[in-house]
Amino acid sequence: MSFHPPMEYAPARFHKSERELAEPGGAFAYTPENQAKFDANAKRYPADQRKSAILYALYLAQAQQGYLTAAAMRHVAGQIGCTAAEVEDVVSYYTMFFTKPVGTYVLNVCRTLSCALRGAERVTEELVATLGISPGETDPTGTFTLLEVECLGACDRAPVVLVNDDWQEGLAPDQVRGLIDAIRTRGRAAFTGCHLHQEKNRGGA
Amino acid sequence: MAYEPILTKHVGEPNSYTLDFYLRHQRGYDGLRKALTLTPADIIEQVKASGLRGRGGAGFPTGLKWQFVLKDSPKPKYLCCNADESEPGTFKDHVLMERNPHLLIEGCAIACYAIGAKVAYIYIRGEFYHVQEILEAEIEKAYQAGYLGRNVFGSGFDCDVYVHRGAGAYEAGEETALIESLEGKRAQPRIKPPFPAVAGLYQCPTAVNNVETLCNVPLIVLNGPAWFTGIGPEKNGGPKLFCISGHVKRPGVYEASMQTTLRELIYDHAGGMLDDRPLKAIIPGGSSVPLLLPDQLDIAASFDSIQKAGSLLGSAGLIVLDDTVCMVWLAMNLLHFYRHESCGKCTPCREGCDWLFKLLARLEAGEGQARDLDLLFGVSSNIVGKTLCAFGDAAATPVLSTMKLFRAEYEAHVREGRCTLPAGWRATHPVLVAH
Repeated sequence: MSFHPPMEYAPARFHKSERELAEPGGAFAYTPENQAKFDANAKRYPADQRKSAILYALYLAQAQQGYLTAAAMRHVAGQIGCTAAEVEDVVSYYTMFFTKPVGTYVLNVCRTLSCALRGAERVTEELVATLGISPGETDPTGTFTLLEVECLGACDRAPVVLVNDDWQEGLAPDQVRGLIDAIRTRGRAAFTGCHLHQEKNRGGA
Repeated sequence: MAYEPILTKHVGEPNSYTLDFYLRHQRGYDGLRKALTLTPADIIEQVKASGLRGRGGAGFPTGLKWQFVLKDSPKPKYLCCNADESEPGTFKDHVLMERNPHLLIEGCAIACYAIGAKVAYIYIRGEFYHVQEILEAEIEKAYQAGYLGRNVFGSGFDCDVYVHRGAGAYEAGEETALIESLEGKRAQPRIKPPFPAVAGLYQCPTAVNNVETLCNVPLIVLNGPAWFTGIGPEKNGGPKLFCISGHVKRPGVYEASMQTTLRELIYDHAGGMLDDRPLKAIIPGGSSVPLLLPDQLDIAASFDSIQKAGSLLGSAGLIVLDDTVCMVWLAMNLLHFYRHESCGKCTPCREGCDWLFKLLARLEAGEGQARDLDLLFGVSSNIVGKTLCAFGDAAATPVLSTMKLFRAEYEAHVREGRCTLPAGWRATHPVLVAH
């Protein structure tokens, strides 16, 4: 019998670094267009510093395949001239890379203070209710992935939701259902929430 | 005399980001033209005389930073522009890059000339993709017009400016972590010294400057240091952007001199409190600085006077809090941020942030115990000053500051076994899932 009081130790979520290794995935190679883009980008850095292009290389692979498999990381390693472990080291650090399939639309809800003060927690709640999934999950049809992210740097337009690379600003909790319906029916054409789109529609920038 | 915006004068106009507009309305690239007739040492002297202080958070004198860059090193020199704006409550660089990108490009070129660099990398955060598209298109225009590239203005000066996209790491805003990330590694800080001015990017002499800092450089070269020091109080000269968010009527970026008081910023520029509720506290410089109370609003919003009042101007991200904000919830919200963003290199920060968040979540859920307050204080105190970069101090600050100013709220949470200030804008079932 132990003298130690019963204590919770190492439950499932104890270690933040706990993660699964990337699935091997099928064969991966850049398309000729992406290969050309990568080669052009790598020229921005000194010839002996190709590793600087790693984030760009990973973005390309992710755009091509939707997420990063071990095969994609090996391909990137070959392009950069480093080991696959070095690539995985980078991938596992940065939050904008996915090692599992994600939905067509990735909803990144900013949850940090300024957005939270203007109702971001309620936005998340509405999204959870509308989509029937929790943050971190993808819906069964593979259309939406819901993520809570940290400060997106647009606090004046809170609450902000980043949908893929497009911004939905000032999204009130009661507008959430409408936005999801609009994306379901009209796809990317429903991305109208960024002030830059609104300026274009007014005939400005 | 009313303050006339300089950096953001035209940001409301639809085509303010174009090269044509910049040339017509902002004496575009005249600063660079003039700079190339001076010696690099002259420019550094001018920037030093202007007293320009870094706008990224630390407020370090820019001229001095440039002077430290080893000029006689045989290695190439680099300029890194820190556009990884991720401090909660800060969004000023966002506006500058989106609405006035050529001012930044010109600032980069002058800074390169001053420190002897031929290449500048603008490290922009991954989430600002729409800003990056604008910035890259305008850099291309600057190349075509001959303001960048080989032999600028026939002076023999070569300058390349590249945009480097980050991938969602707050820590990449720390200068040595930014350099690591630019080298294709995890964004984790380095041990200093050596400072980047000696061994930075690729172990070469490097200057790392914030976007807003570099945007001030063309203005100093063009108008002279005396003009710059004439704006605002002593040692806090020049135009300054303030980001105001939270419970105000008109959140946004406002330009003012650092003579302006916090009260003017909140009640004049930002239109006052949302729904005219009473003010409870403000965070004056991004989430990493101590709170100030309503009776401290009549101080100038400058580096020095805010520091005197017990806080920091930091990145000038003012987060305004009304009386519905529970301070335990606030600390929990911010520690969720720091726990997620800690790079994991130093143990006190990596483990400490996690434990602080867990303790705060427990208190907020009404399951806290009286001894948790001492534990919070103990864990925070063991992070401060024990990490490689300022992240650790920043992460402990929301806890230490709210406990110092609002300890009664913490005690009420323990006593009543529930959150004593559940506001309507918060979730009914807070989502605390870690991811």
